[in-house]
Amino acid sequence: MALLELDGVSRVYEDLKALDGVSIAVEKGEWIAIMGPSGSGKSTLMNIVGCMDQPTGGRVLLDGRDISKVRGRELTEIRRSRIGLIFQQFHLIGYLNALENVMVAQYYHSMTDEKEAMAALERVGLAKRARHLPSQLSGGEQQRLCIARALINYPEIILADEPTGNLDGSNEEIVMELLHEMHRDGRTVIVVTHSPKVADHAQRVIVLEHGRLVDDRRNTERRE
Amino acid sequence: MLFRMVKKSILNQKERMLIIALTVALGVSLITALLDVMLDIGDRMNRELKVYGANILVTPRGATLLKSWYRIGDEGEDGGNEEIFAASDAKGPQEPASTDERSASGGPAGGDGSKDRADPGMYLKESELGRIKTIFWAFNIVDFAPYLKSRVASEDGTPLTFVGTWFRHRLVLPTMEEVDTGMVSLKSWWQLEGAWPEAGDQVALGRALAGRLGLAPGSALTLDGRRFAVSGVFEAGGPEDGWIYGELDALQELKGLEDALDSVEISALTTPDNELSRRAAEDPSSLSVKEMETWYCTAYASSICYQLEEVLSGAMARPVRQVAAAEGAILEKTKLLMVLVTVLTAASSALGISNLVTAGVIERSAEIALMKAIGAHGRQVAIPVIASILVSALAGTAVGYGLGVWFASVIGKTVFNAVIEPQLAVIPAVLALVALICLTGSIGAIRMLLSLQPAQVLHGGRQ
Repeated sequence: MALLELDGVSRVYEDLKALDGVSIAVEKGEWIAIMGPSGSGKSTLMNIVGCMDQPTGGRVLLDGRDISKVRGRELTEIRRSRIGLIFQQFHLIGYLNALENVMVAQYYHSMTDEKEAMAALERVGLAKRARHLPSQLSGGEQQRLCIARALINYPEIILADEPTGNLDGSNEEIVMELLHEMHRDGRTVIVVTHSPKVADHAQRVIVLEHGRLVDDRRNTERRE
Repeated sequence: MLFRMVKKSILNQKERMLIIALTVALGVSLITALLDVMLDIGDRMNRELKVYGANILVTPRGATLLKSWYRIGDEGEDGGNEEIFAASDAKGPQEPASTDERSASGGPAGGDGSKDRADPGMYLKESELGRIKTIFWAFNIVDFAPYLKSRVASEDGTPLTFVGTWFRHRLVLPTMEEVDTGMVSLKSWWQLEGAWPEAGDQVALGRALAGRLGLAPGSALTLDGRRFAVSGVFEAGGPEDGWIYGELDALQELKGLEDALDSVEISALTTPDNELSRRAAEDPSSLSVKEMETWYCTAYASSICYQLEEVLSGAMARPVRQVAAAEGAILEKTKLLMVLVTVLTAASSALGISNLVTAGVIERSAEIALMKAIGAHGRQVAIPVIASILVSALAGTAVGYGLGVWFASVIGKTVFNAVIEPQLAVIPAVLALVALICLTGSIGAIRMLLSLQPAQVLHGGRQ
């Protein structure tokens, strides 16, 4: 049984069909890249998979359970216990330092543990920057902090939306290496990207256009 | 973590939080001042209004026309005082009173001294006056003065009106406590040249009478064969200007009327009349047990009168309606004004907070959406926002309360020329109002916050 299965998923915003009958099955431990031009429905798909939105049609099955009709608190519960989110814009809380930004995710998940949060920062190479505010970190450091936050609650699925979109080449390498580490740990990684270079790291590439699935292929030349 | 988030959130938005605190401080200062004044003003204004004289008159039941208290007051502009004279009329032949005497205000009831001494129903008893301060509403009795009015003859045989009273009297109560009372504080607006009598052989003359007799402070006159020194000449602006005022015991002795009184004027702090008190005044027996209890335990003029009648033998007590009603109307209107200003102040503070909090939520929408995205429930997101508002509001409340107490003291000094003490009851009321202001002020913003969708804010919802 697939970890995640989208079965004819549609999402309509008033008169716009952002997703149109998309069906995908994601196996546990798989690394998938979702590609497509702007407006193709990539982020809509990510929102639905990330339990931040519901489809207007079709079903979303997580471990065989249909979560497409789940709302409110229950959906939040699924999101915080099973999914780790990495954003292109980092979305860090500006008045909390790096350590506290990680601990916030712990706080909403269960309870805070400063040692564990510090270990997560060490893992992404930010231990020495733990007391710095996001504004005192470089773009690459902020994205690593975002990854540390996504990791802290041991999610099964990592959803990354253009994780290297705002980074230079060297930071991109660091972030992709971190994603590889997570993947090696057995996590399922779903990366939304424009970049073929980033997509090259995935085992499987899905291409969307105008809300429709136009390609779903194995990446035979994957970068390890 | 919550504490850290709230603390850092406040520090991060210190300007906004400062404005919220200032908004609350301003509102609380006005509300505190108004509530302090409002709670104090009842007694304060009541006492101020006491300069307009007594508001309860006690006369002997046997000498009083048994009319309804309120109908009496409706008989004319001087209805209440006509009743005083009616009481006098009932006792026996009247002295030749002038027209102005019959229509004037504030004079004591009384006869001419030719009443039947054997009829106890025609007089009140001086020895029972201490009981006035033993009724349920004893502390509301501010002042009282007894009167005995009688005809005396001058040296050349001219009939004159002599009123015996207490000027400044220390009364020992049945409880052995002592109270100072008397006519001087009850008639504070009377103009006096010289001094009020301090001994039985001294009298004060009304301005008109002193002029007619050619007497001044320091002069002497003979009344019913007894010599009196004129200690002062007063001007009351009424029929009293034609009368002689002396010590009560001097007149009682002169007329052989020991312990006898014609009337007692009482100045009491009263609660404005309402439908219940009016019904009770008409007929206390018409009230249910519960209504009777409410009425008895409220300082209505009629309730105080009822209790006075319970302790003074053969007495009939009644409110002097014009005074009581005017006092009540002024108090009610002033309190209503204060309540309206308090409500408007609270509403404007809530509006100010609403704008500030809404702007804050809009500004922090990405942060709030992120919290939701990483697993926060609506309540978990709302709590830090509400907590930071409450912390600012509490700081504002503390400052505002201090300012309010100061405002109240300024109002007290400038308006009442007295110190208005901070009322403890205001603190919980202000805290409750602040909670209400913050709640109503932030309810819209909190709803907006709860409805924020992380996907909408983080990704613009679609791509």
